[in-house]
Amino acid sequence: MTEMRLPPQPGEIIDRNAPLSFTWNGKPLTGYEGDTIVSAMAASGVKVFSRSLKYHRKRGILTANYLDPNTILQVNDEPNVRAGHRRLEAGMNVSSQNTWPSLEFDIKSANQAVGRFLAPGFYYKTFISPRPLWPAYQRVLRRFSHGGRIDDRVSDDHYDKRYAHPDVVVAGAGPAGMAAAIAAAEAGANVILVEEEYAIGGHLRYGSADDLAALAELSARVQANTNIELLTNSVVGARYDGNWIMINQRDPGHVRERLIKARAKTLVVAAGTIERPYVFEGNDLPGVMVSGAVRRLVNLYAVKPGERAVVFTANTEGESAAADLAGAGVEVAEIVDARAGGDLVRAKGRTKLSTVEVGGRSIDADLLVTSVGWTTPTSLLNMAGSRPVYSEGAARFLPGDLPDEVLVTGGMVGDGTTEQLVAHGSAIGANAAARAMKIRARWQRLTPSALPPETADTAEGSVPDLKPEAHMELYRASTHGFVDYSEDIKSKDLISAANEGYDLMELNKRYTTVTMGPMQGKLEVGNAVAIHAEATGRSIADTGTTTWRPPYAPTSLGALSGAEMNPVRYSPMHRWHVAKGATALVAGMWIRPEHYGDPAGEVRNVRNNVGIIDVSPLGKLDLRGEGVPKLLNFVYTNKWSRLPVGSVRYGVMCAEDGVVMDDGVVGHLGEDRYLMTTTSGGAGGVWNWIDDWLQTAHPEWDVTMTAVTDGFASINIAGPKSRELLSRLTEVDLDKETFGYMKVREGAVAGIEDCVIWRIGFTGELSYEVHVKAGYALHLWEALMEAGQDLGVAPFGVEAQRIMRLEKGHFIVGQDTDGLTKGFSLGIDWAIKLDKDDFAGKPELEWQLADGARSRIVALQPVDPTVVPKEASQITEGTEIVGRITSSRMSPTLNKSICLGVVADHLKDPGTIVDVRLTDGEIIKATVMEHHAHFDPQGERLRG
Amino acid sequence: MLLIECPHCGPRNSSEFSYSGPIKPRPSIEGLAPEDRAEWRRYLYEEDNHAGFATERWFHVSGCRKFLNIERHSVTNEITSVLTVGEVS
Repeated sequence: MTEMRLPPQPGEIIDRNAPLSFTWNGKPLTGYEGDTIVSAMAASGVKVFSRSLKYHRKRGILTANYLDPNTILQVNDEPNVRAGHRRLEAGMNVSSQNTWPSLEFDIKSANQAVGRFLAPGFYYKTFISPRPLWPAYQRVLRRFSHGGRIDDRVSDDHYDKRYAHPDVVVAGAGPAGMAAAIAAAEAGANVILVEEEYAIGGHLRYGSADDLAALAELSARVQANTNIELLTNSVVGARYDGNWIMINQRDPGHVRERLIKARAKTLVVAAGTIERPYVFEGNDLPGVMVSGAVRRLVNLYAVKPGERAVVFTANTEGESAAADLAGAGVEVAEIVDARAGGDLVRAKGRTKLSTVEVGGRSIDADLLVTSVGWTTPTSLLNMAGSRPVYSEGAARFLPGDLPDEVLVTGGMVGDGTTEQLVAHGSAIGANAAARAMKIRARWQRLTPSALPPETADTAEGSVPDLKPEAHMELYRASTHGFVDYSEDIKSKDLISAANEGYDLMELNKRYTTVTMGPMQGKLEVGNAVAIHAEATGRSIADTGTTTWRPPYAPTSLGALSGAEMNPVRYSPMHRWHVAKGATALVAGMWIRPEHYGDPAGEVRNVRNNVGIIDVSPLGKLDLRGEGVPKLLNFVYTNKWSRLPVGSVRYGVMCAEDGVVMDDGVVGHLGEDRYLMTTTSGGAGGVWNWIDDWLQTAHPEWDVTMTAVTDGFASINIAGPKSRELLSRLTEVDLDKETFGYMKVREGAVAGIEDCVIWRIGFTGELSYEVHVKAGYALHLWEALMEAGQDLGVAPFGVEAQRIMRLEKGHFIVGQDTDGLTKGFSLGIDWAIKLDKDDFAGKPELEWQLADGARSRIVALQPVDPTVVPKEASQITEGTEIVGRITSSRMSPTLNKSICLGVVADHLKDPGTIVDVRLTDGEIIKATVMEHHAHFDPQGERLRG
Repeated sequence: MLLIECPHCGPRNSSEFSYSGPIKPRPSIEGLAPEDRAEWRRYLYEEDNHAGFATERWFHVSGCRKFLNIERHSVTNEITSVLTVGEVS
C-alpha cells in the first residue's frame, strides 16, 4: 500500500506529533490523533473497506463521514462502527464485516455472477417453498447477512440518562447553527447546541481560508458564551410532542452514551444538507466518491484520495473539490461540467476504478468525483408535522409549514455565502429566543411561585431572505447503478418493482428495502424518489418523499435504557431482618423477609407459641368525615352503615365490571375516624380509585383521605401466647370479652403513644395487628422480641404467613384471583349485599348472581396427601381445562398437601373428585373440601 | 411527551398523569334491568375513538392528585383547556 498522507494542510485537524498504532484485519497501521478510522486507513493506502450486502462487491470510501455506507466496520468487540466518523484511538483492532474468508477473497462474491437473479424479493420467492426446508435455508442465508460480531458477554459499559430544560435547542453547528445559538444566547436564552461531528463548524471546516477565519471567530463566540451548552459527537435523535427532544450524547466521558431528554421551548433545526451520490453504471467502484469526501479527506485529514481524477460536477462544490485535488497534487484529468452538457456514462474497473466513460470517450483515472446536488435532512421537521415540498428549480426538497416552536435555518432553507448564512441564523436564533421567552413567561405564570415573573423582550425581528440556488435535476445517468449502497439496490430494481405493481413510493420502499438499510434514506432517498418518479411517469413533487421517523441516527439499546433507576421500599425493620439472616423477597416495590431459615418451623412456632411478622407494606388509608360510611358502602360489596366505634370489618372491593379488585379491613377508630387497610400490591391503585370516586362522582360526601402506608409500620403478633406477650407492653385492656375478635383499640404500646391495635386472624390464630408510627416501629419490634423471650417469640416471614393463611383457607387477591375473577366466584357470597343502594360493580354482580358465576374458589386436598401440585397446575375434565390450582403447600400443621383452586361451577360441591394435571403430565385426583379452611374451620383459635 | 398545564402545579410531563379517556357519564343504575346490560357494557368497554377534540379525564397522580378535565385533540394533541373536575371555565 502506498502512503497517501499529504504535507500539512491549512485546516487539518490531525496532530502529527501524536501517532497512533492500530490494526486493520490484523495488519499494523499508523494514523494520527484527530484522524477518523477511515482517514487513517486511507492515508495508509487502503482502498477497499467492505463488501456489499447482496453481491459482495468491493466497496471503498463514498462520503468519508458518518453517512458512508461502505465504511461500516468492526472495532474491537463493537460491530457496525461508522468508521468514517469515529475518531481513531491507539490500539484499535479494526476489521471488515460481512466477508468470508477475507476481504480480498470473498466466496460470496460469486453472487455478482448471478446478480440478475438476485432481484428484490428473490429470497422470499425462491426459498419460501418447500416450506419444511425454510429453517435450513435460513441457517445458510443468515451467514450472508450484514453486520459484525456482537460480544454476547455482559458488557461493563455504563449508560446514562439526563433531563434538560433548555430554552432553545439548536440541532447542527454549521455557520447558521452557530449563529443561531449565539444570537439566542445573547438574547438571554439557555441554549443547547448539538453537533454530530466531533468539532463544530460544518462545511466551513474544510473550506477556504476565509471560511476557516469565519469558523475561528464563530467558534470562539460559541465557546465563550456561558449560556450555550455545546454537545459535540452528539445527535438530536427525535422531536416529539411539546418539543420533547431526544439527544444522544456519544462517549461523553465515564459512560458510553448518555440520552438527554430535553423539554425545549423552541427547536432550531440547522442540519445542513447531505450530498447525493449519482446513479450510473459502476458508481460503487472503489475510487468513486462524492465531492464532500474529497474535500474532507484533503483539508481535514491531509489525505490524497487518488492519483488521477475525473470530476463530474453540476455546481461550485465540484469545482472546489477539483481545486482541492489540484492543490493536493492529484492530476485532474478532466472536469466534466453537467451544466455545459457534460455527460458521465459509466465507470469501469475490475476491483477498483480504472476508466471513466464520458460522452463517448474513456479517461483513465483511479478517482471519480461527483457533485450532483443535495438532500435536505428534514427528519426533525417531519417529526414536527411538516411535509417537505419539492423544488424543481433547486432539485431538492425544502421544509414545509412548521409549528411556531420549531424553526429552521442554514442549508435546509437555502444557499448563500457564509455572511448570508450567519445573518439568517442570527435572525432565526433571536426569534427562537423571543418565542422561547414568551413560553417561559407563560410557564412561570402557570407555576405557583413566590418569585416575581421575569420580563423579557419577546418581539420578533425580520429574517433576511435565504433562497436555494438553482440546480439542475441530476439523479441518474443513461446507465443504471446503485441507489442504495447499504442494501445493494440498483435503479433497475426500483423500476422493475414499480412495474410489478409497487407503484407508490412507500410500497416500492418496503418491497425493495431501498432506504431501509443503515443509512435510513439520508443518502439514498433523493435518488430513490427520482427513479421511482421516472418509472411511474409522475413528477418528483407528486411522488413525494418517504417518511423520516425517529431516531435520526442509530441509538444503542443501552442509551435508551439508561442507568438502572428502579426505587425499592424498605420497612423500618428491614435492617433487623437482614441482621437476622432473612431471605429477601421482592414483592412489588417492597423488599420483605421471606423467611428466617425455616418457614415450617416458623409456622409451628406461631401455632404453638407466638410469632411476629412485619406487615408494613399493607396499604393504609386514613379516612375522616361524616361521609366515610357512605364511601365504604360504595367501594366495598358489604354493608358499613352500622360499624360501631371500636370495631373492625372485612370487605371485598369489586371494580365496575364485577371483578374482584382488592380486599382488606377497616377499623372504626373514633367519631368520623377510620383506618382502611388494603393489600400491599393494591395500595396505590385503591388510593387512586377512591380519589376518583370522591373527586369526580361524589364530591358532596364529606370525606378526607390521607395515605399513611409509609407513615405507619405494621406488626402482626400471632399465636396462642400473643395476648400474654402484648399485655406485657401495654395498658390497653386485652380482656377477651371486651376486646374480642374484630375489635380495635388505640393506646400506647412499649411506650409509643397512639398505636392502633386490632384483632384479626389472617393466620387463623389469635392475633393482634399493631399499626405504629413508622419511626418507632423498630423499637416496638425489639421490645416484642425482648418481652416474649420466655414465651418462645420468634419472627416469621411471608412464606410462613402464606402457609398459615392457606391452612386457614384465606385467599389472596392477585394470587388466588386474577383479572377475570368475579365477585361471586370467591365463595364468600355473604360478603356481597345486593340490597344496598348503588355501589361499585353492583349491576354486574346482580347479573352474576342471576347467571351464576361460572367458576368458584374452593379448597382442595390431593387424595395422595404427599403430592403438592405446582401452583397454576390445570384441573382437567377429559381434554377440557375446568380450573386450576391457585395456591398449594405442604401443611406443616396437618402434614398433608393442601390447596386452593378455581373450578368450574359444576365441580364446586364438597366431595367432588377432580383431575389435577401435574407439570409432567401425570393426572392426580383431588377432593373438593366443604370449607375453605383446611384447619380450624370453626375459627375457635382466632376467636380464643 | 405531552406537556400538560396543570392548574395547580404548572406545566408538567404527561408521564406524571394517568389517563382514563374521554369522559363518559356513568349510567344511572336506578332500576337497571337485565335488558340494560348492553348499555352498561357499552359504558364499561366501548370507546368512540373519535378523531378530533374530546373532553378527557386525566389524573395528576404524581403531582397534586387532582382529577382534571382536559380538552384535547386526539390527532394534533392540541390542548385547549385544563380544568379541575367540578370547576367551570
